[in-house]
Amino acid sequence: MKKLNGSTKKLISSIAVILVLYIVMSTMQATGNLSSLMSGLLVPVCAYALVAIGLNLCVGYLGELSLGHAGFMCVGAFTSAFFSKTFQNEIPDVPRFILALVIGTFFAALFGFLIAIPVLRLSGDYLAIVTLAFGEIIKNVINVLYVGRDASGFHFSLKDMMSLNMDFDGVVLVNGAQGITGTPRQSTFTISVLLLILALVVTHNFVNSRTGRAVKAIRDNQIAAETVGLPITKYKLIAFTISAAIAGVGGVLYAHNINSLTATTNNFGYNMSIMILVYVVLGGIGNFSGSVVATVVLTMLPEMLRGLSTYRMLIYSIVLIGLMLFNWAPGILKFREEHGLTTKQLLDKFKKKKEVQ
Amino acid sequence: MALLEVKNLGISFGGLRAVDEFNLSIEKGELYGLIGPNGAGKTTVFNMLTGIYKPTDGMIYLDGKNITGKKTADINKAGVARTFQNIRLFGDQSVLDNVKIGLHNSYEYGTFTGVFRLPKYFATEKKMDERALEILSVFGLDKEAKVLASNLPYGKQRQLEIARALATNPKLLLLDEPAAGMNPNETQDLMDTIALIRKEFGVTILLIEHDMKLVSGICEKLTVLNFGRVLASGETSTVLNDPEVIKAYLGE
Repeated sequence: MKKLNGSTKKLISSIAVILVLYIVMSTMQATGNLSSLMSGLLVPVCAYALVAIGLNLCVGYLGELSLGHAGFMCVGAFTSAFFSKTFQNEIPDVPRFILALVIGTFFAALFGFLIAIPVLRLSGDYLAIVTLAFGEIIKNVINVLYVGRDASGFHFSLKDMMSLNMDFDGVVLVNGAQGITGTPRQSTFTISVLLLILALVVTHNFVNSRTGRAVKAIRDNQIAAETVGLPITKYKLIAFTISAAIAGVGGVLYAHNINSLTATTNNFGYNMSIMILVYVVLGGIGNFSGSVVATVVLTMLPEMLRGLSTYRMLIYSIVLIGLMLFNWAPGILKFREEHGLTTKQLLDKFKKKKEVQ
Repeated sequence: MALLEVKNLGISFGGLRAVDEFNLSIEKGELYGLIGPNGAGKTTVFNMLTGIYKPTDGMIYLDGKNITGKKTADINKAGVARTFQNIRLFGDQSVLDNVKIGLHNSYEYGTFTGVFRLPKYFATEKKMDERALEILSVFGLDKEAKVLASNLPYGKQRQLEIARALATNPKLLLLDEPAAGMNPNETQDLMDTIALIRKEFGVTILLIEHDMKLVSGICEKLTVLNFGRVLASGETSTVLNDPEVIKAYLGE
């Protein structure tokens, strides 16, 4: 067998871990050992992890901070839910869900592409602010969007339900702030895990390909990248679009897991964008598997702390600060290195132990 | 016809005339030196030649083609590669990948092929690896191929930057103070390297340098800049004995 390099090995081991977790969780669910709270979280966790992987591509490899990834998730969620609801009775379940996935991903990518054209002229704080504003615009537009359908076709309005002027038998598909209700719930845990693994493979392959190298070169030194003949704008656009598309996949899963899809600050606004960024930063910038781990831990944690009621978010933030210090503070990093507590040293120890056995 | 022909090149930053009436003609295969006191405008000339600055006036022709004011990436594709005074490597990537980025435009496969690892991905990557190692071995860097570029010692970083520039298959190589910060031994190595790459890659070289030993040792022709203007130009020995040049460098 061909010798695998470090990053491929890491990819394979993280996929293996995800599969083991998947088997454990599904067995627990099947035998009724999983609380309804936890089993309700399985799909959203995968959805958030996908968005985190997408954002990590943007932050870690393009080197630009985006605070609008909840917006791309929102685009993916609403376009796919709209499609699924519209054709609920016309296309059979399986092809409809596949098409919904394609459509959600496509529209998120399209929005990513369109936003990227002006946004990538900026960098740093300015880029972050513009993407933040973009996410808010998407959310707010969807909150005032009314779409209905009757025998004569689709009706749109940005005012209220009455101004759709539909026939008596018309159906309201998107109902302003109440969003889309009655989307078929088709996101299963299995599909979510498969998509998560696919996203890990795609991002891994991307950053290790010719295009990915170009993107990393631009991140490391833009002027040098230009002088070796790399078209900067093209590669920035590609990376940002893929990043938005992956966030869109997360949105599709999210939308097909709930009955009533609304765009609020908590699920598609800046709160969510910041949450996802927290997952990316704590999981390690540029480390896709890390994003998944951080998402799983940080989504489950507040749920497990529910017993503490009011103090829940207090403890949560302390844990966040603690993790951040553990991962990044120079003093602690030095201490860990001296006492053999870095991730690498621990892994080496673990490997040696296995060899001894 | 000359490989590089620069006519009346000039650039102003606001009221400051950084370079004025700059003329240069380099024949194919030559090793040409651009010298001058600090702040004379040498690096500014390089930045104009590579499209990082857009010249205010004048024309630049490479092999008869007008490349004035073109985009940096397009100028590289036309055949100009450069290194920087302050080394600009892709520090977070391996030595091999740095050279492979230089090979980016010589070997092609699309993003889709890369993401889904179609057969063409493996074939092209293999060719790129081979070519990159070949270039690295000229510099004796092939053993360090897997090392992160930022972990290389200073002298090797300079060599890697030259290797990366050569990977883009240039006709003209611009070296911005290649011997800066090097000790006499390293400078000697560098002179050998430059001689070697002229032989191996058949490339024309224009270099900026302060080290007079290096300049007089390898450059065939020189142009001296002072306050943004050409002070003298011609054969190395003639130029270095020009009283004006000595005055500009050493004072009266």
